[in-house]
Amino acid sequence: MLKINNLHANINGKEILKGINLEIKAGEVHAIMGPNGSGKSTLASVIAGKEDFEVTEGSVVLNGEDLADFAPEVRAHKGVFLSFQYPIEIPGVTVTNFIKTAINETRKAKGMEELPAKEMLQLIREKADLLEIDRKFLSRSLNEGFSGGEKKRNEIFQMAMLEPQLAILDETDSGLDIDALKVVANGVNKLKSEKNAVLLITHYQRLLDYIVPDFVHVLYNGKIVKSGGKELAYELEEKGYDWLK
Amino acid sequence: MSKFTEDDLKKELETKEYEYGFYTAIESDKFPVGLNEDVVIAISKKKNEPAWMTEWRLDAFRIWKEMTEPEWANVHYVKPSFQEISYYSAPKQKKKLDSLDEVDPELLKTFEKLGISIGEQKRLSNVAVDIVMDSVSVATTFKKTLNERGIIFCPISEAIQNHPELVKKYMGSIVPKTDNFYAALNSAVFSDGSFCYIPKGVTCPMELSTYFRINEGGTGQFERTLLIADEGSYVSYLEGCTAPARDENQLHAAVVELIALDDAEIKYSTVQNWFPGDKDGKGGVYNFVTKRGLCEKNAKISWTQVETGSAITWKYPSCILKGDNSVGEFYSIAVTNNFQQADTGTKMIHLGNNTKSTIISKGISAGHSHNSYRGLVQISPRANNARNFSQCDSLLMGDKCGAHTFPYIEVKNKSAQIEHEATTSKIGEDQLFYCNQRGINTEKAIALIVNGFGKDVLNKLPMEFAVEAQKLLEISLEGSVG
Repeated sequence: MLKINNLHANINGKEILKGINLEIKAGEVHAIMGPNGSGKSTLASVIAGKEDFEVTEGSVVLNGEDLADFAPEVRAHKGVFLSFQYPIEIPGVTVTNFIKTAINETRKAKGMEELPAKEMLQLIREKADLLEIDRKFLSRSLNEGFSGGEKKRNEIFQMAMLEPQLAILDETDSGLDIDALKVVANGVNKLKSEKNAVLLITHYQRLLDYIVPDFVHVLYNGKIVKSGGKELAYELEEKGYDWLK
Repeated sequence: MSKFTEDDLKKELETKEYEYGFYTAIESDKFPVGLNEDVVIAISKKKNEPAWMTEWRLDAFRIWKEMTEPEWANVHYVKPSFQEISYYSAPKQKKKLDSLDEVDPELLKTFEKLGISIGEQKRLSNVAVDIVMDSVSVATTFKKTLNERGIIFCPISEAIQNHPELVKKYMGSIVPKTDNFYAALNSAVFSDGSFCYIPKGVTCPMELSTYFRINEGGTGQFERTLLIADEGSYVSYLEGCTAPARDENQLHAAVVELIALDDAEIKYSTVQNWFPGDKDGKGGVYNFVTKRGLCEKNAKISWTQVETGSAITWKYPSCILKGDNSVGEFYSIAVTNNFQQADTGTKMIHLGNNTKSTIISKGISAGHSHNSYRGLVQISPRANNARNFSQCDSLLMGDKCGAHTFPYIEVKNKSAQIEHEATTSKIGEDQLFYCNQRGINTEKAIALIVNGFGKDVLNKLPMEFAVEAQKLLEISLEGSVG
């Protein structure tokens, strides 16, 4: 599904990604771990198409299409979803209005009609229940005054609504207490299928107790320095990253 | 035959004098450019006005002649030459078109974006409509409903003829002829406008927009509105029309006067989208408006405005809170794009005890435009326990526009409570990327963010108006990024 070939990327002339190779197949869960500043979030942003980053070499290919040609919203329409490490506030725009707009814009891009209000409402209720989100929460301004946990839960709610092919979760576990983490992980697990894939970006093995990865990769200084199964995460938890440098 | 009193005789003579003295000066349908007493008299005569009205106009003209154009506003433009404008042209007779196919396609596109019905599209673009068109019967029904309740709603020229006692009593009582340069000019030459009177204790059963939209065509260059809500009455009045107004007049100077007697409430909403000039700043309407309302005891006036048009906007809908416990509100969204300039805000004059005012102003600037909020909160020495809350938020798009805030606060009573909040924000790259990542393109994302920003004000508009206003914001900002 996703093939990253020798990916190099700069920001303000500074090289952050220095030749990443990664292949993710449908139905798989991959985790990327690594110390601060290793390039984890940059990788997520580059896949999503953030313009601050310049791809100098290599490619990101989704279902045979090179994403370099596509604007961020087109990548989203093609099934790329990024759960933000720091979700952005949009004052005055409710959670409901935002997700409604996102869904209908995506449908429009695919040549589909807007989702009828009744079905939209039903879908919103269903997914809100899945993530144990209070109905009142849905009419609040997007991310404005949300706690860290509420922000992350809202990201996964949006993911549940959009049903992406490739979900990239950037540090979704940070800011979550253990109960919230379980709810979020449970949500992600229920959304997993043979047709989609998940890329988890995390510092800690903790999240991986709940969302079990098929593969774990260690990113260090812009490169993947080690790959393995889920046991690699435990090894990292025990030994830290120093032995890999 | 009624008896002929001395007063009548005097009046007759006055009229005669005008008839044979001044009125003959100009007799053509199209007046030469320029403004003098003869022109003022001729305008009055054209409208068959009574002598007192003519005299009132002349008085205003004499005052105006002595005044100079104000220069304190934060707007820059070439001043219109007042002697090069024609002050009366017969109601504009646009060419009647036979079908919508003959209408400028660009205009039709805008109608479509605004979701305006075919019937109304025809009316707005001056296409001949069938006599059975819905709106005609609707208008008749409305008129009947209003009549039953004793509500007077008519062009001000009609009110001058049929309700002179009300017009004489209230016209110029809130915005005197001497008030300012444009108000004086308007008083001398006003073309037409609306008059509305709600009797004691009557709640007007409908938003007065629908009627207005159906009945009023072009409103003219110097519009004059007088709205009187008698004791304990309520009215919601919508001015303007969200359809694109293609007006050739460059200078607009309107006056609006509201009178809310004891326990009355007036809600006055405006959507203004006159031609803002092109993307290079050429053309566009100069809009210099004086709007003011007076609140007696326990009365309330709410101004809500969405301003997206005009090259220059100079406008401060204000409230004089004369009666105890009276309430003034001002909710405004002003959008400027390209080379537009807006200097707008409000004045809240607290005279009575326990008076309360709220100001929510949202300015959105894009392109090379400048958007200023200018507001005065004044608490008089005898206004005990007055309260004001002001919030002025500015949203900037790009780095070539400007947002300015000029709040003036004058407090002469120690018991006053005044709060002022102001914020300035930019539509951030991060916000746009976040929206993009969810499949929302940049244009749509801006609309979403702007509507969120203006929500507190949009919520104050009557429902059907709010939807159109939202779309209007989107259209106004189209192409402002990238």
